[in-house]
Amino acid sequence: MNPLLFLLLAALTVASALTVVVHRNPVRSACALVLTLCLLAVFFLGLDAQLVAFLQVIVYAGAIVVLFLFVIMLLNLQVEARAMAGALLVGTATAGGVALAVLVVTALRRAAVPAAANPPAGFGETAALARQLFTVYLLPFELTSILLLVAIVGAVALAKK
Amino acid sequence: MTPPLAWYLGLSAVLFAIGVLGVLIRRNVIVIFMAIELMLNAVNLSFVALARSSGSMDGQVIVFFVMTVAAAEAAVGLAIILSMFRNRETTNADELATLRW
Repeated sequence: MNPLLFLLLAALTVASALTVVVHRNPVRSACALVLTLCLLAVFFLGLDAQLVAFLQVIVYAGAIVVLFLFVIMLLNLQVEARAMAGALLVGTATAGGVALAVLVVTALRRAAVPAAANPPAGFGETAALARQLFTVYLLPFELTSILLLVAIVGAVALAKK
Repeated sequence: MTPPLAWYLGLSAVLFAIGVLGVLIRRNVIVIFMAIELMLNAVNLSFVALARSSGSMDGQVIVFFVMTVAAAEAAVGLAIILSMFRNRETTNADELATLRW
């Protein structure tokens, strides 16, 4: 990925992430979240993670955010009068967030990050990821199916009248 | 020429900070939930960038698991929000303080 393109996309991503957090209308927040997730998928593509990029769009932007939008519409949430916490908390949290970001960025500037080597052939392809998933990570993979089953049963039990 | 790893990690840190900010300042539980998704995605970006720079697929496999957990979390969390709304007619975190000591 071209560094100039990176900076442009990074600026867009940060702007849409900020929109998610500060916009008063939850529907707009959710739409901005879709944009953020799709932009992140572009970064994933640039990092040779094709399968993860497509899963990001299909599962995250396609399924999870639609679930959010569905609940927002179901609850008929409007623009809130008191969307934010008190001014003191907002000020403190903003200062803390900026301080955290500055700290990490400064630390990264000083850290000796190794130069990215060329990845091995087939890196990021579905076959390579699937091989890892079904050999080294087989047990965690099976456990996620149990997790999803528990989540489905839990969601139905909670949402049922 | 590709951007250095540190840029990706920096972007990831900024996105994570925005997510923390959202959890702290917003009062709508659904928006707080979206901010949590933002944090998870910031970490995913770190994982993918580090996987690329170390040339190992493990980071991408972990992203797969993070997505699964995020999906499960969203399903259960939104069901909780739904049943809370049914009982209390609100999604404001300040008014949902029954469990607060």
